[in-house]
Amino acid sequence: MKRVAIVGVGHSKFGDRRDVNLPELGFEAAKPAFEDANLTPKDIDFLSVGTAGGWYEEFLPAVVVSEYIGLSGKGLVRCEAACASGSAAVATAYNSIAGGQSDIAMALGIEKMTEIDVLTAVELIGRAGYYTWEFHNFGMTFPGYYALHATSHMSKYGTTENQLAEVAVKNHKYGSMNPNAHLQRTVTVDDVLSSRVVAWPLKMYDCCPMSDGAAAVILASEEKAKSLTDSPIWIEGIGISSDTANVSKRAEYSSLHAAVAASEAAFKRAGVGADQIDVADVHDCFTIAEIMAYEDLGFCKRGEGGRMIDDGQTEIGGKIPVNVDGGLKAKGHPIGATGVSMMVGLTRQLRKQGGKVQAPIKNGVALAHNVGGTGHYCYVTILRS
Amino acid sequence: MSLGPPVQRLKSRPVTFTFELPTEKLTEFWNGLSKGKVYASKCTKCGKITFPPATDCSRCLNSGVEWIDIQGEGEIETFTHIVVRPTSFANHGTYTVAVARMKEGAKVLAWLEGTKLGNVKVGAKVRLTGKVSEEGPTYAFTLA
Repeated sequence: MKRVAIVGVGHSKFGDRRDVNLPELGFEAAKPAFEDANLTPKDIDFLSVGTAGGWYEEFLPAVVVSEYIGLSGKGLVRCEAACASGSAAVATAYNSIAGGQSDIAMALGIEKMTEIDVLTAVELIGRAGYYTWEFHNFGMTFPGYYALHATSHMSKYGTTENQLAEVAVKNHKYGSMNPNAHLQRTVTVDDVLSSRVVAWPLKMYDCCPMSDGAAAVILASEEKAKSLTDSPIWIEGIGISSDTANVSKRAEYSSLHAAVAASEAAFKRAGVGADQIDVADVHDCFTIAEIMAYEDLGFCKRGEGGRMIDDGQTEIGGKIPVNVDGGLKAKGHPIGATGVSMMVGLTRQLRKQGGKVQAPIKNGVALAHNVGGTGHYCYVTILRS
Repeated sequence: MSLGPPVQRLKSRPVTFTFELPTEKLTEFWNGLSKGKVYASKCTKCGKITFPPATDCSRCLNSGVEWIDIQGEGEIETFTHIVVRPTSFANHGTYTVAVARMKEGAKVLAWLEGTKLGNVKVGAKVRLTGKVSEEGPTYAFTLA
């Protein structure tokens, strides 16, 4: 397998982007990625587009975006792995280079979630489990699924609603410093605890918003990367796992098995351990998801995720800064864009372009944890400067 | 240069559709609900018990099952009260979804009905019953 590096990154403003249509939004991520890599569309061999889709008008979003950013004629695929579609697109572009099919490839993640009304979006995302057995008769919602995990974690380990709220407070703090974030205001523990219950024990401010957004990365083979940039960011290991469609078939609910398996595979491929990660982006679609991620990734022992947030260990200056771009919680979670957005944020961190939210980089290693569905898919990607 | 207020957004042509889900291979299960029964499937070759039921075994790939009544006692592993509901559940109030392990070994996700929200706890004992609601065949837990 050839080595593959990130040589260019681009990111749109996340949020309510009803001012642009799907390909226009994609352009806002692709253009800065081209500029960052000092490349033009003709230099690209292959494009993978990560998007979940179904809530916007285009049925073939990859071709629409590809045409708009000047890549018609290039190799093209759409990747879907629910909320991990962006990481699936990165992995697909990576594989096209590592396998020798292309020299330079773009992965672009995109979602438009505000073209339909909110409750219809709740309806569609609620079907992102097993429609027949969980939605048809039982009306599961996405917050509902993660609430099952929260109830279990609280019952098993004594994790508190206060600790869940602290995750939101931290990520809003960092979101307030990210000009591309959807929610750029700070919140307090009381704000979170007093917000409306969505699916007990999760409240409105435990949940990420529904956002529009796009992000893009340009990947290159080792030979091309070294000729293009003095600061390539290497993709050192990707771990991919999955779990049952039926949540009732999971062994237990205080952990995501797919995240444990994907991270073990990624650490093994990259030849690093959890203690070497300088900075991480984890999939905090709901506050409980970030606490489970600490444990699933080995940042702390089982059951100690709540204490980790209590002690500020995942803030800049703590043991391992997590979601210093605001996370899904504050930056927003345009489903297919999220995994690629993580690569953009972590690439900037490893290049020491983090500005006000720059984490200390000691080992030059960063980790992205991108979960699809409720642990149905998990992609863990390890980057090194 | 201002061009004045934005033009009205284009409305897409509307599309509505309803899927028809095949249930033929699980006739025994769906018919059982109307008699109050909830069946898991048990593989006739390797003995794996599966719920929700399936006539094809994911472990040994055998196609052939017997039906096991799992409506006995179970224990809640986790639960939630769903307050913000999808459009197609707008006519329901807040509902409780629980996952329980039945004593036969299968786990089931279903609504827990007939109790106050505050009474629902992890570890609580439940019973499972098949029924036909106004919206069709289903199954639900009640506290034992």
